[in-house]
Amino acid sequence: MEIKQTVLCIRLQGELDHHTAESLKEKATEAIEKHNVRHIIWNLEALSFMDSSGLGVILGRYKQIKQQQGEMVVCAISPSVKRLFEMSGLFKVIQMESSENVALQRLGVA
Amino acid sequence: MKNHMSLQFSALSQNESFARVAVASFVAQLDPTMDELTEIKTVVSEGVTNAIIHGYENDSSGIVSIEVTIEDNMIELIIKDTGVGIGDIEEAKQPLFTTKPELERSGMGFTIMENFMDELSIVSKKGEGTIVHLKKRVTTSKALSS
Repeated sequence: MEIKQTVLCIRLQGELDHHTAESLKEKATEAIEKHNVRHIIWNLEALSFMDSSGLGVILGRYKQIKQQQGEMVVCAISPSVKRLFEMSGLFKVIQMESSENVALQRLGVA
Repeated sequence: MKNHMSLQFSALSQNESFARVAVASFVAQLDPTMDELTEIKTVVSEGVTNAIIHGYENDSSGIVSIEVTIEDNMIELIIKDTGVGIGDIEEAKQPLFTTKPELERSGMGFTIMENFMDELSIVSKKGEGTIVHLKKRVTTSKALSS
């Protein structure tokens, strides 16, 4: 995780399931509160697996930043995770970009 | 040729990854595509997570059972718990429906299972448990030889 101005970049690694979701939720929630985060970029480049528990964590963080009109951007998404996003309608609240740099530019902090 | 395996383990979240890998390794002999393998791993993860969180309500003394049968290019997967059971199966299958929103559950488990597999059927009884039965035909890339 890295903070760039008001943007929190969450670089997911390995597998995100029910077992690993809890600690991610805690870390992300703490970072958002502590650093006055407005927008979130989810970088999925190093993510090897994700299931619906991951969708829950992402949606939960959206609810957290929604009050400040925050935006969420996902980058480097794999075809299978993209399908999960599509099924759940998550693309209604999260934008997709090819890389973290493009995502940062979109949020005006690159 | 029919090939079968079964697996039983404690309802602990650290076993979710074990269950995915075990099932994926078993079905790998059908030589499915990487996408199909990812779909099967996701489905196993959803089923096992449901059994742990909803079936056993995080009581790790519960036992989750998985059975996999493969024949030709057909995968049959059964995920079973003897937990609390589902009151209304049709409601549980609705996308985004969850009984545990406070735990940030997305309510997408059964929707993902339905999307990634060819067939889904659920048998459940209050107080007795839940059996999720799934089937998927994979495109085998293995060269046919006689």
